Amino acid sequence: MKPILLHPDDNVLVLAAAIQAGQTIEIDGAMLAAPQDVAVGHKIARHALSIGDKVLKYGAPIGSMTAPAAAGAHVHMHNMKSDYIASHTRQATGEPS
Amino acid sequence: MSALTGFLRADGRKGVRNVVAVAYLVECAHHVARTIVTKIDDPDVHLIGFPGCYPNAYALKVMQAIGAHPNVGGVLLISLGCESFNREALRAAIAASGRPVEVLVIQESGGTAETVRKGVEAVARLKAIADQAPLVPMDVSELVIGTICGGSDGTSGITANPAVGRAFDRLGAAGAACVFEETGELVGCEKIMADRAITPELGLALEASVRKAEAYYTVMGYGSFAPGNAEGGLTTQEEKSMGAYSKSGSAPIVGILKPGDQPVSGGLYLLDVVPDGEVRFGFPNISDNAEIVELIACGAHLTLFTTGRGSVVGSAISPVIKVCANPETYRKLSGDMDVDAGRIMEGRGTLDEVGDEIFDLVLAVAGGARTVSEALGHQEFILTYKAFDPIGPACLPLRRVS
Repeated sequence: MKPILLHPDDNVLVLAAAIQAGQTIEIDGAMLAAPQDVAVGHKIARHALSIGDKVLKYGAPIGSMTAPAAAGAHVHMHNMKSDYIASHTRQATGEPS
Repeated sequence: MSALTGFLRADGRKGVRNVVAVAYLVECAHHVARTIVTKIDDPDVHLIGFPGCYPNAYALKVMQAIGAHPNVGGVLLISLGCESFNREALRAAIAASGRPVEVLVIQESGGTAETVRKGVEAVARLKAIADQAPLVPMDVSELVIGTICGGSDGTSGITANPAVGRAFDRLGAAGAACVFEETGELVGCEKIMADRAITPELGLALEASVRKAEAYYTVMGYGSFAPGNAEGGLTTQEEKSMGAYSKSGSAPIVGILKPGDQPVSGGLYLLDVVPDGEVRFGFPNISDNAEIVELIACGAHLTLFTTGRGSVVGSAISPVIKVCANPETYRKLSGDMDVDAGRIMEGRGTLDEVGDEIFDLVLAVAGGARTVSEALGHQEFILTYKAFDPIGPACLPLRRVS
């Protein structure tokens, strides 16, 4: 499975289909085992990312890392945040998730 | 190829539908108006309205713009009688546009049953007049096309949104006015968007509109970012923005509109949907249809709606073409979608091919073909309280001084 690179400067890739833990994924020509299940349309790290790194997608910053991520790891609410306005979830609004 | 026909209105505008609108002017008149529409059971008789009892200049402006919309051939206003909505100003604006308009006041018409009876007769009269609108040749350059995204996910910004951008580029090049919106979903894109303005002053106004949206949403405590967006793989407002922004294509931006303003030329416009002044009436747009109504108030003959998670809505007054970004969603909801843009993710099509398909579908729908949501009977409409200042002098550089 080859995730989508939207822009050459990006440090995250977008999944064109869901992946399962252990499934082989191709990143920049290298093959590695997916560390976890990730759904279609979600992002994974193109290479190792550190706390404070700007996350680049479409060649543009879409937020910053709040926790490290290994190459191939899911990049989402648990390890990155907006540099503008906080995102909300059903848990945060008291709605059932 | 671009030879369309339109319904010619007395004010010279041309519609792609011939709708009679039944409008309630306060929630207290909603049931009567809905009952009239339900009894008539005609796909071209639509229910619209405003629920509030307190007056609101924005709501009046939007209702006036929709009453004189090119797709509208006649309007029946249903008033309770004691509400604050300025029904005479609305009636006068519709009449001034040359469209037939009738008013029924429930408190003066014998109550619910009698107003329904009179309303059914009134719609028949209005429809008879609307049906006399001549069909005349119409060019693509006379179209106004809106776009919106709803239920966005990680696929929206890769497939459906940039495909709509391709279609917008073609429509704009053919002279159509194309309108994109939701400045709250452009937070993070303000600089690159400003670089596309046709004047430096317009560029500054574009940036200011996004700053206003950011400030407004910050007070509200939420960005324009719903839990479903996160479940679909989007993490931040600016990530959602970059995807949403790609609906605008690559053409220069020729102006900024506010709800109810009309484009003054072909080309690409930003619709500024975030209220001016202090935060007063809550979230700028409480749901997607509130934005669609504002696009229609700016003259949109039809709206391109991209969705990843899978919205099913349509709209009163102007058809909605639904472009599905996510191939898994398409498989679940294909009966609600007009275009399968998610096939791009599966290698079954390119952005250019889907963009061309959307362009062709715009012409077909403008030519009278029913969209999926129209055929399913979707005629959503919602209008709530807002406050706007008029657009500034830099917003319409192409406006002719008369």
